[in-house]
Amino acid sequence: MIRNLLLLLIACCLVGTAASQLAFAEDKPKESSASVTPAEEAVPTAEATEEAPKYTKWTALVASVTIFVLAVFVGFEIITKVPPTLHTPLMSGSNAISGISIVGALLATALNAQWFASLLGLVAIILATINVVGGYMVTHRMLAMFQQKR
Amino acid sequence: MFHSQILVNLIYLVAAVLFIFGLKMIAHPRTAVRGNLLSSLAMLIAVVVTVWLIVAANTASWAGWLLIVVGLVIGGGIGAVLALKVEMTQMPQLVALFNGLGGGASVLVAGAELIGMTNTEATADVMLATGLSGLIGTVTFWGSLVAFGKLQEISFFEKELPIPAPQAVNAVLAVVLIGMMVLMAAWGVGWPYIVIFLLATILGFTLVMPIGGADMPVVIALLNSYSGLAAAATGFVIDNNVLIISGSLVGASGIILTQIMCKAMNRSLLNVLFGTMQSGSGPAGADHEMYATVRSTSADDIAMILDNAQRVVFVPGYGLAVAQAQHAVRDLANILQERGATVEYAIHPVAGRMPGHMNVLLAEADVPYDQLKEMDEINPTLGQVDVAIVIGANDVVNPLANTDPNSPIAGMPIIEVSKARTVIVIKRSLSPGFAKIPNPLFAAENTLMFFSDGKKAVLDIVGAVKEL
Repeated sequence: MIRNLLLLLIACCLVGTAASQLAFAEDKPKESSASVTPAEEAVPTAEATEEAPKYTKWTALVASVTIFVLAVFVGFEIITKVPPTLHTPLMSGSNAISGISIVGALLATALNAQWFASLLGLVAIILATINVVGGYMVTHRMLAMFQQKR
Repeated sequence: MFHSQILVNLIYLVAAVLFIFGLKMIAHPRTAVRGNLLSSLAMLIAVVVTVWLIVAANTASWAGWLLIVVGLVIGGGIGAVLALKVEMTQMPQLVALFNGLGGGASVLVAGAELIGMTNTEATADVMLATGLSGLIGTVTFWGSLVAFGKLQEISFFEKELPIPAPQAVNAVLAVVLIGMMVLMAAWGVGWPYIVIFLLATILGFTLVMPIGGADMPVVIALLNSYSGLAAAATGFVIDNNVLIISGSLVGASGIILTQIMCKAMNRSLLNVLFGTMQSGSGPAGADHEMYATVRSTSADDIAMILDNAQRVVFVPGYGLAVAQAQHAVRDLANILQERGATVEYAIHPVAGRMPGHMNVLLAEADVPYDQLKEMDEINPTLGQVDVAIVIGANDVVNPLANTDPNSPIAGMPIIEVSKARTVIVIKRSLSPGFAKIPNPLFAAENTLMFFSDGKKAVLDIVGAVKEL
């Protein structure tokens, strides 16, 4: 089971890196082909140069979507057949994980020049930290109760 | 900057792997505590490395650092106090609240990103992700707050919405919301985000307000899933894989729990979300007829019955949580075990207000978890049970689910307590459960009703058994 997981994860990484490399590789030929074919009409050339960075973005997006979909499958794979006894701790534990947006909150607060964005970031940090700290602690409390009786 | 970014992304990957292992370990009782610690370690790694990234980027002003420290201290303090103070009976509320906060954080992060976004960054996919993050996060935030209010039994949240056709309103809201997201993606403009926030706020209320009581486990599981999806959408906004991976893990686990809950009620998710339960089958007079043969009993009589019992099964429901009777039940079980009886607990998957609610309560009262039996495990053996004691459960033991195809709970798997030699139902009155239908079990030949508050009833029985 764990081996399968790792395989899936490695697959995720490979697809991710491959796609991002592809993005860089695709970037240059596109631009050069646009510049070495001046015989072509002006309209498609303009389109090509405009589309080159967009294409890169889309490729990176596909990589992200790939990661997303594979991670959902990993999630399905590891969560199925959880004993009902542990449904509540599982829920509050996974809930604490969803507080991962704290990472985004930290970046948004620190790297943003606008004061209003920083303010939103501050509130986001508070909410996410409550979620993370509270979630893990309360899960630990519950699981400790389950373990005492073993 | 570029190098540190790559290193940070690799460390994020480590954190994501640790999340996966942590979740995997939480799924087994023996490794659960370590799994949770591993998962929290992963979170710590992710936070520390993010802080390091901010240091490396060297763009944060002292004010930015101040905000970060203030935010972490305030949030950490509130979270810790909530986690340590909460009673186990209040666990569903707390989980609902935490769900909502996670969703809210995602909305705010996406909003903050949107403010700082330059036109070149605002490509269609990023804008679409921002819109999605705003939509899912906002619905999660307000939906969870409504769920919290309902579970906390704040009367405001128990009223019906003053809207004539909530389904139609929801549909209109959904269409407009999708339109707004398309607008954001197509034109690269930010103002629809505010509209999305406002409309999704309304949607959060109209979706969750009509749902109540026994459907709560489904809603909480679903909101849990949404909070993960909101984090994943935010991951797309800031192009961060650890958010995408952990968000989708949570999304998947929430969906699975939702499925389990729906199956346990024999209803589809759509039916739970949009279908209202048909209330009351038949006129009120039918109840009186059905309950004509109800036999009431006393603590002393129950003690006599229990004295001869070899095998006793407790069937707890939400009423057990309300009455906080778990410790009293455990005491009674201990006494019975000392007298040589076998004691087990039959747990219906949707008993209580969240998945696994009863298990947590009984674990708090030091009930060994090998005594907690799942419905499918205990049903075939209920024929050999001498006494089944139903405490605060109603719909999950209602035989109409099997016998009446027109009943609103038709086809819902139940704990078949009527197979036991004697059934004792501890309940304050004959009032119906959430499904609003009478329960023929109460009038069955082998059923004795003990009308009392759950905790007091069990304590009385404990006293009576001791006196024997």
